[in-house]
Amino acid sequence: MGSQGGFGQSKEFLDLVKSIGEARSKAEEDRIVLNEIETLKRRISEPDIPKRKMKEYIIRLVYVEMLGHDASFGYIHAVKMTHDDNLVLKRTGYLAVTLFLNEDHDLIILIVNTIQKDLKSDNYLIVCAALNAVCKLINEETIPAVLPQVVELLGHSKEAVRRKAIMALHRFYQKSPSSVQHLVSNFRKRLCDNDPGVMGATLCPLFDLITVDVNSYKDLVISFVSILKQVAERRLPKSYDYHQMPAPFIQIRLLKILALLGSGDKQASENMYTVVGDIFRKCDSSSNIGNAVLYECICCVSSIYANPKLIESAADVIARFLKSDSHNLKYMGIDALGRLIKTSPEIAEQHQLAVIDCLEDPDDTLKRKTFELLYKMTKSSNVEVIVDRMIDYMISINDNHYKTEIASRCVELAEQFAPSNHWFIQTMNKVFEHAGDLVNIKVAHNLMRLIAEGFGEDDDNADSQLRSSAVESYLRIIGEPKLPSVFLQVICWVLGEYGTADGKVSASYITGKLCDVAEAYSNDETIKAYAITALMKIYAFEIAAGRKVDMLPECQSLIEELSASHSTDLQQRAYELEAVTGLDAYAVEIIMPADASCEDIEIDKNLSFLNGYVEQALEKGAQPYIPENERSGMLSVSNFRSQDQHEASIHGLRFEAYELPKPSVPSRPPVSLASATELAPVPEPSYPRVTQNVASVPSVSSADPSDLRLRLDGVQKKWGRPTYTPSETSTSTSTSEKTVNGVTKVDAARDTIYSKVRDTAYDSRKPDAEIPLEKQKLAASLFGGSSKTERRASTTSHRAGKASSHVIEKPQASKASDKTVAEKTIVQPPPDLLDLGEPAVLSRSPSIDPFKQLEGLLDSPQVPSNSNHGAAGANKDSDIMGLHAETAGSGPSSGIVNPVPTNKNDLDLLSGLSNSTTNNALGGTPTAHSTQVSKGPNTKDSLEKDSLVRQMGVTPTSPNPNLFKDLLG
Amino acid sequence: MIKSVMVMNTQGKPRLAKFYDFQPVEKQQELIRSVFGVLCGRADNVSNFVEADSIFGPGTRLVYKHFATLYFVFIFDSSENELAMLDLIQVFVETLDKCFKNLHTILDEIIFGGQVLETSSIEVIKAVEEISKLESASNAIALVSKSVSGWRSR
Repeated sequence: MGSQGGFGQSKEFLDLVKSIGEARSKAEEDRIVLNEIETLKRRISEPDIPKRKMKEYIIRLVYVEMLGHDASFGYIHAVKMTHDDNLVLKRTGYLAVTLFLNEDHDLIILIVNTIQKDLKSDNYLIVCAALNAVCKLINEETIPAVLPQVVELLGHSKEAVRRKAIMALHRFYQKSPSSVQHLVSNFRKRLCDNDPGVMGATLCPLFDLITVDVNSYKDLVISFVSILKQVAERRLPKSYDYHQMPAPFIQIRLLKILALLGSGDKQASENMYTVVGDIFRKCDSSSNIGNAVLYECICCVSSIYANPKLIESAADVIARFLKSDSHNLKYMGIDALGRLIKTSPEIAEQHQLAVIDCLEDPDDTLKRKTFELLYKMTKSSNVEVIVDRMIDYMISINDNHYKTEIASRCVELAEQFAPSNHWFIQTMNKVFEHAGDLVNIKVAHNLMRLIAEGFGEDDDNADSQLRSSAVESYLRIIGEPKLPSVFLQVICWVLGEYGTADGKVSASYITGKLCDVAEAYSNDETIKAYAITALMKIYAFEIAAGRKVDMLPECQSLIEELSASHSTDLQQRAYELEAVTGLDAYAVEIIMPADASCEDIEIDKNLSFLNGYVEQALEKGAQPYIPENERSGMLSVSNFRSQDQHEASIHGLRFEAYELPKPSVPSRPPVSLASATELAPVPEPSYPRVTQNVASVPSVSSADPSDLRLRLDGVQKKWGRPTYTPSETSTSTSTSEKTVNGVTKVDAARDTIYSKVRDTAYDSRKPDAEIPLEKQKLAASLFGGSSKTERRASTTSHRAGKASSHVIEKPQASKASDKTVAEKTIVQPPPDLLDLGEPAVLSRSPSIDPFKQLEGLLDSPQVPSNSNHGAAGANKDSDIMGLHAETAGSGPSSGIVNPVPTNKNDLDLLSGLSNSTTNNALGGTPTAHSTQVSKGPNTKDSLEKDSLVRQMGVTPTSPNPNLFKDLLG
Repeated sequence: MIKSVMVMNTQGKPRLAKFYDFQPVEKQQELIRSVFGVLCGRADNVSNFVEADSIFGPGTRLVYKHFATLYFVFIFDSSENELAMLDLIQVFVETLDKCFKNLHTILDEIIFGGQVLETSSIEVIKAVEEISKLESASNAIALVSKSVSGWRSR
């Protein structure tokens, strides 16, 4: 704002600023500002204001507008000020107009001329001011007016002008790519500008251009790489350094561009490997900007053609980010991990605990980023855990925008990866219950459709099982207060359709519940409509089954209430219900066949079967039919009519309604239902809008909307029978997919924990140990699974040499090693904690068995996880132990959590560890040797890492490295 | 691209607001308010990044820095790097620290049409000083003295 240095403003203005600053309330502030506006309005229109004073008025206008008040009365004065010859006034004028006006404002036309003149000025500052204004004020129509001058300025002697001219051209490109298409080559030319600043500026438009069309710029790869190399080697003037980094912002831009150019292009990528690797090495990871460059390197590595070495460096950086105390770095780490797992999914595994920490972090931004990561790495083996977590989080937040997003992600994941229909329904229930009004109505339709259609295969048994489980869960949920409308619609529909199907629940119980719902949500007509239709179905099924129907008094009163409703739709439904209950079993059977919602209905759109009737009516003097599009207010209503209500309402026709789907009643002519419904609106053209929504729902399951069907097809494929195992209700089944052995082990382990946990009073360590176990389990269920397979392949070759000598002992060895692992994780008092220790192995156990089965080469389960990436293995080891340390620290916001017990734990752990190793050594099993061998270097590795991290002033999450000395010594 | 730069105090009063896509005044106020709403709900020891797609549309993020009683907020889309933006705030603040005047001029030197133009605070200051030098040179002719008491005491 002008010159705020203290000189140049009147006391009045300073007082204004001060009083605004001191204002206690918004109202007070508004009063002051309105007063100011009055003053300005009066003064600014006075004749012959000195220019200098005018300048201040303009600045005051800017201030007023920043505070949110309209200052449009002064715009014209700002425009006039741009015409002034004086530099200060001109700049003030330009500043004010760029803040006040948008590019389509009427006053712009008065400025274009000035801008044109100023772009030609000898004073480069005037040129810069004009270029500034150009960026903001020139729109597609006025671009041609200034374009020649701007292009000319690309060759200006001042680099500041060249730079701004490039930016202005870039802005034109953003606003209207076609207007500057022929000038794009200028950007390439300017890339070779002597001034690094101009070169840096060119990267912005080039980035945009390359984003749109990669292939035309492949030839620049070499240039970009060499520029980046020079920058990284500090060839640029010192003034471009920032916090000891050579031109980091230019590096970041270049890396972004390289990421685009190298994506999916092996040849181009090969040119980049060296320079990116160099930057990884050289980058100073202690400064914020250094980390920014490193992060950009990771993005680049994950985008270009994969290079194992670079990926390894990237993984190291990610590890450092995730271990950092800074939330910013953790955030970047999670984000980078999300990028890198696309190319190398096994990396996530090393960081499982860090990811879980982030998931439990109080920082919302970090949490959301982590959910995004989980969303990206969801597969059928971990979908249950992830979706459960997401739902828990969804319940806990209030931000509707994000709630909607996460709900739709839950739905998407559930639809894609659902291990069983039962689980799917349970999940959907939860989503609906907590975010029902936020999810798309189509999701509800899909759910109903799924329940109605089942597996899409001819297994009626499983279908009915599914339905009864749905009914059961809905009957449980229905009593809860304040359910979302969409969810209640689903509930009512399912209860009506299948509530009495399995005979477990009595009709009167369900009808009672439905009446309660209709009563409790008496101002929601949609729900009432659903409820009464459901009631009708249930009564119809009862009558058809030959049972005597005793209508509940509350139902009776509901019908009475609805018969007198303002909504004609509700009225009609009520009357239909009444009519149906008055019919005999045979008639009801035909109009309301049980479980017919999925039957196909053939539609005779010509209504040819009615010709006779129509002619008859016309002969009798009836009005001819007016086509639908010539009427108003009832468009397409008829298409959405549900079958149920029509049958009841149109007495003459309804008997034919279900004829087609039920060929067992051959005596009647085949007349389709929908064609019957076409007629429905005719006598009553003023159907209320609501009916569309209301009625559309049943039609989803019975009739057309093709988009819905499309979506569900994909879903059904995923739900093929093989994955469905009715017992899969527990959360940590993910590991079970791997092998049978793994499962039994896991289950056994889990059982023991639970029993132990319930055993209560043990020593003080116990609560400490519990949380890590949960975390460990979570980690196992999130990260365990398919990624192990890839890992296995690479590790085998690595270890094969050492392992081969033990091949003979394989069966015993692997069993023994199971034990070793178990023992290793044991904390002191062996009898209790042996059981506690075992679950810690959970994450590993799946990796044991594939080995046994596939290779039979390896003697120890440690081997696969330890070798390969040295760091990775070590992490795993230390993580298990680190759990104690971690959980002690991760208590919400309590910085200091009694460090003594933690240490003790670690000590215990380690002594237990060394015990077990020595035991094994004494026992002389080859396993023990090999595990020790594999352990040595890794611990060293992790030691080094830890100390490095410590040097950087970051507390490592793994245990005190000193403790490892026992082991090494 | 950078969409907006805001400086506001801890009570949510805007001190500087610049939008690189035009926003009508009411919308600007709404945006400032909602940004403040997000910021004041955040604890001290959390990250400086906020996903702002509920405020500015999909893909936008917000980086803020809290200095004394001021929030410095940069809003940008996915083509920028969060950590780098954090440093850009640093550049801005460092520059202001060195010469607290002509905020808009300084910002115009750093960000141009939504793109990062200059990242060295020394260069920025150099440019700003050159501008003020030339400005005062032209002032000397046009306006004689700055401390004319005649209008100042009104």
